[in-house]
Amino acid sequence: MPIISRGFSGRRREESPQLPPGQYLTEDFPVLSAGPTPAIATSDWVFGVTGDVAETRAWNWEQFHELGLEEIHTDIHCVTRWSKLGTSWRGVSLDRVLDGLDVAGRFAMAGCYGGYTTNVPVDDLLGGKAWIATEFEGAPLDPEHGGPARLLVPHLYFWKSAKWVRTLRIMPKDEPGFWEQNGYNMYGDPWREQRYW
Amino acid sequence: MTGDWTVGTVTAIAPQTPTSRSIDLEVPGWPGNLAGQHLDLRLTAPDGYTATRSYSIATAGAGTRVQLAVDRLPDGEVSPYLVDELIVGDQLEVRGPLGGWFVWRPPADDRSPAEPVQLIGGGSGIVPLMAMARAHAAVASTVPFRLLYSVRAPEDVFFAAELAELARSPHFDIDWVYTRTAPEGWSGSPGRVTRERLAEAVVPAALDPAVFVCGPTGFVETVADLLVELGHPAARVKTERFGGA
Amino acid sequence: MTSHVDGNALAGPLSELFSADMTCASCRCASCGDVADLAEAMVYQKPNTYIVRCHRCGAMLLTIIQGSHRTRLELSGVAALSVPRPGT
Ligand SMILES: Cc1cc2nc3c(=O)[nH]c(=O)nc-3n(C[C@H](O)[C@H](O)[C@H](O)COP(=O)(O)OP(=O)(O)OC[C@H]3O[C@@H](n4cnc5c(N)ncnc54)[C@H](O)[C@@H]3O)c2cc1C
Ligand SMILES: [Zn+2]
Repeated sequence: MPIISRGFSGRRREESPQLPPGQYLTEDFPVLSAGPTPAIATSDWVFGVTGDVAETRAWNWEQFHELGLEEIHTDIHCVTRWSKLGTSWRGVSLDRVLDGLDVAGRFAMAGCYGGYTTNVPVDDLLGGKAWIATEFEGAPLDPEHGGPARLLVPHLYFWKSAKWVRTLRIMPKDEPGFWEQNGYNMYGDPWREQRYW
Repeated sequence: MTGDWTVGTVTAIAPQTPTSRSIDLEVPGWPGNLAGQHLDLRLTAPDGYTATRSYSIATAGAGTRVQLAVDRLPDGEVSPYLVDELIVGDQLEVRGPLGGWFVWRPPADDRSPAEPVQLIGGGSGIVPLMAMARAHAAVASTVPFRLLYSVRAPEDVFFAAELAELARSPHFDIDWVYTRTAPEGWSGSPGRVTRERLAEAVVPAALDPAVFVCGPTGFVETVADLLVELGHPAARVKTERFGGA
Repeated sequence: MTSHVDGNALAGPLSELFSADMTCASCRCASCGDVADLAEAMVYQKPNTYIVRCHRCGAMLLTIIQGSHRTRLELSGVAALSVPRPGT
């Protein structure tokens, strides 16, 4: 039985019905990294879709922006128990990115600058539920938060929203990414508390 | 077993700098510790939420009393609690002693080779080095010890009075780096630690000192890189990064 | 928390799993072959999770994830560990 530390409540934490179980509100945007932050100039940036698609495709920074940015207002939930409500982003919807590519596989693996990977079902990327985001709260996305561009799949735990995203590989079968190989849940639904294995 | 948590009681608290204080704990069953080891400390909120952090131990040797010294990070979760909230009589969960790598052991006897020791601390990074300096004094060791201590300003020195006392030993020297404000009468000008400063204030590589560097991660990286440039073999430079900038 | 600490910081979490002080174990990186004490590795920490990388090449050596009821240790990048025997 742990002893209670008199007067300790932890980081400003508030529980709220808007929050998934076991999550607490935070006003900050904590940075949690698994390694060094890669420095990627937008002039060098490319993003591509590969794997189980009729046609692979890649975009540079300008071409990617021509797909059209939209405003996104959403809550985000990190597996380390913080949630942030009402964040605003700008990014390209994956409906647009995958449009016309004739996606055959049902699963996707996001690959990143720096080597990080994470798996997401294709259905969770479509239907206005996922984006490649390039701006956060009105400013270009900070490198430490995944800039120049990160995946944003806010209905899943935030590790699925891969920072520094570079590729989406479409796969016929589900495969574990970096955290998933290390014991994080394959799907990661915060409302069902799918944190670890 | 060290993996188990035990309960310590706060027996004394003393301010060290405007943002930090030392915390003395009585930990029944504590097996004593080597100079440089740390412990893990766990806080539990009434709703069961817990936060665990590592803290170096400023004391060394046998006995069930350990001393910590904690600096408050502005937006931190645990350090503001320890610096602003904790009072004598409070209980804390700890486990340890931990880590057998960043430690200094006094030579077994007079005939053992007495390799010189260079301690380099930034801010609260003095804590495990203090344990080494105290262990050195406790056994009246004649091993040459040198400390280079980097602080923002004179009021940011931890254990100031005791360090001044230790420095009276012919076997213990202290050099200073003031990054923002130097004391009156100080010959140098304030600024971050440089290669030149290290070259003049650190036991030269030719004497093959055992070097211990501790402090915020940025400080440790800078110093460790410069030491290697100055010819210290990387294997002779042990580091303890506290995290942060 | 954004920057890494040294492998020393693993002493506590690993003491839940091993009776020896694993920070003094020497560890061979499967990626670059470097052999170093675990205390020298780079540790990226977040609540319940430790990512440990080779201090020479940055490759992942191991991860520790502390779930509510189990701890998971993944040794994906460790070729060998050599641990001092107690009392020697
Ligand atoms: C081996 C070892 C020994 C150590 N010894 C000492 C010692 O002797 N003395 C000492 O003072 N320290 C020591 N430290 C550092 C100590 O363990 C803590 O990291 C330090 O006290 C800060 O903890 P904290 O909970 O206050 O800050 P944290 O809450 O961990 O935050 C650290 C910083 O990150 C930011 N941050 C992190 N997460 C969030 C979040 N979710 N939301 C908002 N901001 C966030 C905060 O702004 C803060 O500035 C040691 C560390 C190690 C690894
Ligand atoms: Zn390596």
